[in-house]
Amino acid sequence: MNATSVDEAFNPSVHVYEPHKAGLPPLRPYFKALWERRVFAAEMSRTGIRAANTNTFFGQIWLVINPLLLAGVYYLLTDIIAGGAAREDSGAIFAHMCGGLFAFYYFQGAVTTGAGSVVGGGKLLMNMAFPRMLLPLSALRTAFFRFLPTMGVYAAIHLLTGQPLGWVQLLAPVFLILLTMFAAGMSMIFAAVQVYFRDTSSFLPYFMRIWLYLSPVLWFAEKAPAKFQDYIQYNPLYSLLGGWTDLLVRAKMPDAELWIGGVAWAVAALLVGSLFFMSREREFAVRL
Amino acid sequence: MSSLSVSEAEKKTMSNVDASPAVKVQDVSITYRTTFERVPTFKSAIVRFGRGERAVREVKAVQNVSFDVAHGTTIGIIGANGAGKSTLMRAIAGILPPTSGRIEVHGRVSTLLSLGVGFNAQLSGKENVTLGGLAAGLTRKQVQERYEEIEAFAELGEGFMEMPMRTYSSGMFARVAFAVAVHMDPDILLIDEALSAGDAQFKTKAAAKMKELVTNSRTMFLVSHAMSSVRELCTDCIWIHQGKVMMRGEPKEVIDAYTHFLKVGTTEAVSLEDL
Repeated sequence: MNATSVDEAFNPSVHVYEPHKAGLPPLRPYFKALWERRVFAAEMSRTGIRAANTNTFFGQIWLVINPLLLAGVYYLLTDIIAGGAAREDSGAIFAHMCGGLFAFYYFQGAVTTGAGSVVGGGKLLMNMAFPRMLLPLSALRTAFFRFLPTMGVYAAIHLLTGQPLGWVQLLAPVFLILLTMFAAGMSMIFAAVQVYFRDTSSFLPYFMRIWLYLSPVLWFAEKAPAKFQDYIQYNPLYSLLGGWTDLLVRAKMPDAELWIGGVAWAVAALLVGSLFFMSREREFAVRL
Repeated sequence: MSSLSVSEAEKKTMSNVDASPAVKVQDVSITYRTTFERVPTFKSAIVRFGRGERAVREVKAVQNVSFDVAHGTTIGIIGANGAGKSTLMRAIAGILPPTSGRIEVHGRVSTLLSLGVGFNAQLSGKENVTLGGLAAGLTRKQVQERYEEIEAFAELGEGFMEMPMRTYSSGMFARVAFAVAVHMDPDILLIDEALSAGDAQFKTKAAAKMKELVTNSRTMFLVSHAMSSVRELCTDCIWIHQGKVMMRGEPKEVIDAYTHFLKVGTTEAVSLEDL
């Protein structure tokens, strides 16, 4: 794992283990090993997805049933109970909500499964040397593959509610990548924290629920209450989900501040998350 | 079980197979901080904070240990519980890097550590073997090539490899773990008390396999409390006590010194059955 090879070119099997400098493993071999074992992360996520729904009647179809039910629940909440359907832009509101909600659930899924990944890795972690970062990254892959079918559901909603189409929508994946980077960083932070505080996974759903309400998913960014307008840009998901829904739902180019904010949050989270994770990594084997 | 013992002549040739060391441990100390709570929770953290206590305790598991191990050696690591044997094994495997000092390992390491098998009980034996192999750095193709050998060696019985590992007995766990560890083409094999759950027939088979690996000039570390198996399988021996090397040398002499130190007789209490 943290092996700095003496003469890598000649003998790839020579490993030297030395104390970590500044708490971090040597980075070049670390990322090399990480890249070499990407198949492991993929396989881990694949078996995880397969195992998750084997006991249920619908099996893999749950990947599509889930977003449908989710959209149904929120349709009930906003359009029927709150009476939103009477408004003329109810279609736009519903499409915006689904587009934002599916992306948010992707983020939430990545962070929640990522948070449990290191503690759940248990014996594998204690018996084998491999870059631990593979575990949250594998959780991220799982979340992504659960998210993909929801895009099919969204496409149907988009067309049924008659939302605009345009070439600019092709830029939406950029914000998806930024959101993925942000989710990776956050899931690494929570995965490491979970090792020290096992309560993290119990707090996380509530934390996430609050975060959902503070983000422009169930409401439009420009319709935020006046007293929140000044703080709203400090929520990373404001730029990330705001840019995503602008492009995907409204087929409109997001403002420059959303682009800058999105890139800044994504890079910062990934950097801080991965450095924090690697600096704690050595202790995982003795803390589990 | 006398077939397990390595004759004196074999021992001599084996220890001279290769002059360059397979594992070099230079002045290694391993300290780690761990919590004495079983499950660290937020509530206990607050309670502790209120009392002004600290939950972390520093464990000096290994202190200034140095030794070289040549290729083709079977080295026994003995010592009381908590002496730092397993920590040392984890450091050589790269799981727990040292706090100071340097460890040089020449060759692919395969581990069979005491903490159990690196397996997820919800997944089938086959999936676990694949995951373990990929985590060890093999490619998917290499894992597939080895899978049949592993399945054949483990001898679980019809269909068990396809079943979730929670349905396995502890002996079956041990069989799969051992089969995986020895079929990863290791140059260096670390075995830490991992065979205790296997039955006599499997132990014999395992011992034969270990002997085969060693004759192919593979290096093996055997952490064991079963003195007879150390005496019969090993060509070299290290006794660790409280994180320090107490003695290094011929297995017989080291074991004698160790058992004398423990004030127990060499014959009773331990036998090959504890391998």
